Amino acid sequence: MTMLPEASAIKLGLVIDLDICVGCQACVVNCKEWNTSGYGAPLSDDDAYGAAPNGAWLNRVHAYEAGTGADARTVHFPKSCLHCEDAPCVTVCPTGASFKRAEDGIVLVNEDWCIGCGLCAWSCPYGAREMDPAEGVMKKCTLCVDRIYNDNLPAEDQVPACVRTCPTNARHFGDLGDPESDVSQMVAARGGFDLMPEQNTKPVNKYLPPRPRRAADDTPVSLLAMAQDATPSGFWKWVDSTLEKLG
Amino acid sequence: MSAEPRVERSPKVSDEVKKTTCYMCACRCGINVHLRDGKVRYIEGNRDHPVNQGVLCAKGSAGIMQHYSPARLRSPLRRVGPRGSGQFEAISWEEALQTATDWLGPIRQSDPKKLAFFTGRDQSQALTGWWAQQFGTPNFAAHGGFCSVNMAAGGIYTIGGAFWEFGSPDWDLTEIFVLFGVAEDHDSNPIKMGLGKLKSRGKRVVSVNPVQTGYAAISDDWYGITPGTDGLFILSLIRELMLSGNIDVDYLSRYTNAPWLVIRNPGQSNDGLFLRDADGKPQILDRKTGKAVAHDMAGARCHLQGEVKLPEGGVAVPAFVLMAETYLDDAYAPETVADKIGIPAPRVKQLAADLAEAAFAKQITIKQPWTDWKGERHEEMIGRPVSMHAMRGISAHSNGFQTCRALHVLQLILGSVEVPGGFRFKPPYPKPAHVHPKPAGRPDQVAPGQPMAGAPLGYVLGPEDLIIDKDGTPQRIDKAYSWDAPMSAHGLMHMVISNAVAGDPYPVEVLFMYMANMAWNSSMNTRGVMDMLTATDPETGAYKIPKIIYSDAYQSEMVAYADLILPDTTYLERHDAISLLDRPICEADGVADAIRWPVLAPDRDVRGFQSVLLDLGARLGLPGMVNDDGSAKYADYGDYIINHERKPGIGPLAGFRGETGESDGRGAPNKGQLDAYIENGGFWHKDIPPAAKYYKMANMEYQQFAVDMGFYDSPQPYAFQIYSETLQKFRLAAAGHGAVQPPEHMRERVKQCFTPLPSWYPPFEGSAIDEDSYPIHALTQRPMAMYHSWGSQNPWLRQIHGYNPMFISQKLADKIGVVEGDWIWVTSHHGKIRVPVAVMEGVNEHTIWTWNAIGKRKGAWQLSPDAPETKKGFLLNHLIHELLPPKGDGLRWANSDPITGQAAWFDLRVHVERAEADEPAEVAPQFDVLASPPDMPAPPKTLRYGLEWTSADKTTTGGQ
Repeated sequence: MTMLPEASAIKLGLVIDLDICVGCQACVVNCKEWNTSGYGAPLSDDDAYGAAPNGAWLNRVHAYEAGTGADARTVHFPKSCLHCEDAPCVTVCPTGASFKRAEDGIVLVNEDWCIGCGLCAWSCPYGAREMDPAEGVMKKCTLCVDRIYNDNLPAEDQVPACVRTCPTNARHFGDLGDPESDVSQMVAARGGFDLMPEQNTKPVNKYLPPRPRRAADDTPVSLLAMAQDATPSGFWKWVDSTLEKLG
Repeated sequence: MSAEPRVERSPKVSDEVKKTTCYMCACRCGINVHLRDGKVRYIEGNRDHPVNQGVLCAKGSAGIMQHYSPARLRSPLRRVGPRGSGQFEAISWEEALQTATDWLGPIRQSDPKKLAFFTGRDQSQALTGWWAQQFGTPNFAAHGGFCSVNMAAGGIYTIGGAFWEFGSPDWDLTEIFVLFGVAEDHDSNPIKMGLGKLKSRGKRVVSVNPVQTGYAAISDDWYGITPGTDGLFILSLIRELMLSGNIDVDYLSRYTNAPWLVIRNPGQSNDGLFLRDADGKPQILDRKTGKAVAHDMAGARCHLQGEVKLPEGGVAVPAFVLMAETYLDDAYAPETVADKIGIPAPRVKQLAADLAEAAFAKQITIKQPWTDWKGERHEEMIGRPVSMHAMRGISAHSNGFQTCRALHVLQLILGSVEVPGGFRFKPPYPKPAHVHPKPAGRPDQVAPGQPMAGAPLGYVLGPEDLIIDKDGTPQRIDKAYSWDAPMSAHGLMHMVISNAVAGDPYPVEVLFMYMANMAWNSSMNTRGVMDMLTATDPETGAYKIPKIIYSDAYQSEMVAYADLILPDTTYLERHDAISLLDRPICEADGVADAIRWPVLAPDRDVRGFQSVLLDLGARLGLPGMVNDDGSAKYADYGDYIINHERKPGIGPLAGFRGETGESDGRGAPNKGQLDAYIENGGFWHKDIPPAAKYYKMANMEYQQFAVDMGFYDSPQPYAFQIYSETLQKFRLAAAGHGAVQPPEHMRERVKQCFTPLPSWYPPFEGSAIDEDSYPIHALTQRPMAMYHSWGSQNPWLRQIHGYNPMFISQKLADKIGVVEGDWIWVTSHHGKIRVPVAVMEGVNEHTIWTWNAIGKRKGAWQLSPDAPETKKGFLLNHLIHELLPPKGDGLRWANSDPITGQAAWFDLRVHVERAEADEPAEVAPQFDVLASPPDMPAPPKTLRYGLEWTSADKTTTGGQ
């Protein structure tokens, strides 16, 4: 059993816009390529060229279909650690390897202490942790803790790899503890929501919902009627008068 | 002190960053390659680069795995077993190049056409096309014919450019964006960036696609159209917009040929041609004088109706009259077309209304004076904020060319091309068909031992430009620019092997290919093509295609079918020019080009294909590739990029020209040019002046900019070609007029399909089979995280797309009694495949689909033979034939667009049935396991990339 720190004032996290995410997997792969050489052990890939390739990833994008018939829509759903305030993956950890930083709220695994028991993955309601198949330690999103404070990177690159690479700008990084931050403002304006709030984990990451679509059976918008009547003769009358006006 | 572990905040990232160009797909984004200890640590997007502005997709981010792929070829290879067995021996480069020279030299001296040189997903066509020209063979093309030539040619012939490399939506200003068909594979990051901008601004994204996935998933409106009917849908929108008066009459009058007078003289040789003055200029009817005057006369104000009587007989009317007569017809009423297109009439009207509202109620005005081609000064730029994009979805049909033209006409009637908020050209476009060169390759242009007088590919303007002999026989092996496909601007790569084996129009001696996986996913009728590549003459036992040379960086399925392999480098080991002479990467606000350069040295005995091609050219003594003393003119491709001039002052790269790099566009070669590009981040970019940013086709300031940059040598303003006189010329020939006549069996097809105004006709395959027996459309979509076959060797990407189910609608699943995970048989007129099923809602109920090119042949790409790509991954290609079903006339009719020759992949019709429960859970058909070439390392079981940089723990415990 590991203790959570006092709730931090700074709550770093991601805001993910489901209205914009096209499911391109850019964040997934860029995360993998940054982090395989980054924090902790490499993100290994077992049976990499074989029948059952199985690697550790810190971020995945799932696709779901919602609705039926003409109203069905596909939702792409990026999922990584939500850096919960009441993180069950921390409190369940028997060795203290799983921890939440007091400074910024990032949830990390100290791989030196991780015994690979997997309890944290079981306790995470989001399935956001993955056991590394080669190292046998638990891997999870670090919010690119080795980027966001890294003086070896230009200031503009001191953001998580997934945010920097996202082609549609569907991913945003910031302090969700500060109501004035861009990310908090975005959440307020767009009705950002907690994933599975009933789990009472108080996730820091937020999702912005897809904007509502016009239903397929809505009354059609009527065409702006420029021509007096929709017949060939009406059309020609309109063309002539338009040309006259143009001089 | 807290017991919380302390985390290192600023770990070392890399030793150095080298900026080059991605090649994980065709998008060509700028990348920063972080190197550490001589290895790739990390690849990210280059923030300064005009294409991707810092972002990078999944493919680009997986470049590390592509670069270190175990499927990389290691040395030149000579086939030692039967073709197709994959048995090779390693040979030296000297031996390989001497062998190629010995094969090619004699045919250049006897009949250069005996070389068919086709280059697949080539990004160096300015070099490869020139090489073919210098060799003297007309038999050259890249992969455009089986990709999206309908879009490219439809665009060039109509507006002087199409989408992607030719132009893009004005993402910052547009109000509505309509995306037709699958587009996830090309222009990958710019479209995603644009969609993000649109959605962030709350603007409307509309998807017209039988399948609601990919970009369609975030659309505000999804039109699940029936495949092959996009043209009919678009023409119905055109009708609705015209009839309601929601068209830009001023724009049509000024910038299109809608007012040009078209001769009406039925049965005569000038019927349907433009009325021209003594100087050959098309004329309009002047409203002030009532007389026909040159269309570009300053101060003239055109009529859009009326009629001029012609002294020699007949009359002439504005093309706009023909548009009205054609499109106001009830044949295009939404109610008439609804069943065919699978979209209810009110929904058609809804989109028309959305387009009209954006174009006219949300007009944009930019206070930017500019001067048009007639010398008229405008105080502002008017914008119609409607934009569109399409690619292979509407293109890969036998009616694709006319559909693509229809799409451009829809843009034009809304006044939304090259205006603020609309569709904007990227330099060097707009460039209309008549400004492009015509193709060379007629009998009088091909001679033993000589280069051709012109480039093999170009744009024809009428039957007189066809590459045929006086009997009408095609002169190219793919029959491009013949009556089979007169306006085939990109050739017909998908017909090369089939025609060569059939000896139709003639056999070839050497088939030379680069980066084209013709023995697998790049061919229709994959099994048939494998058989053709191994087919022998029953009398002599010799292969029907006697010699095959192939260059690839990886062990693709095609490798096994070549006699000589020239192994290419990876994209991080090579020079490349992303050239304005080739497939440019400009953006609407600026002109740009870029390079690749070796950021890592190869660790294998491989060479960049372009350097090899120049070496081979020198050995063959090709003009331009040797000095006067016969020595090689260029040391390698990098040397060529710097020093080659296509004409004085114009070379592969437009930036940093002149002896000291002081010139843009034009200028003498600069020895330090590549260094200047490297210093600048791997690319060069120059902004278009503000007054030249819109109305480029008619904007004199832009035209001068284009001349200064070397796009052309004099201003080339022009009017958009809604009415295509070129098409009408082919039709007149089909009606018996003119010296160049189609064969009898072609006349009807040309008359039907080559309409000078865009039209719709049913796709050929559907018309050739019994639609009740094959009621379902089958097609592919492109996943954003996988590009063609290259991705399968990539252990990261294959975890995302390692196999491909066939997606079918719930309705169809219920009908044939299957659920997700079951297996079905899919049968076409040509073949049969067994595939796994997935069920979804967002698909047109008459359509099934799968991801493209995920399935792999056992043994290829260094994958284990039991990889999911081979057991649960499949190709739709097995169902698609390169020929239409026999018509009983004994002729071979290509499964292609009759105008451009574009491969009609998406015309495919099938029926589906449940596989029996006792059948194996494995895709069918299967093929023998391919052998690996010698010395290929066994792929590692477990990858731990970056281990050496992480072994020193980054986490230390505080207080210890």
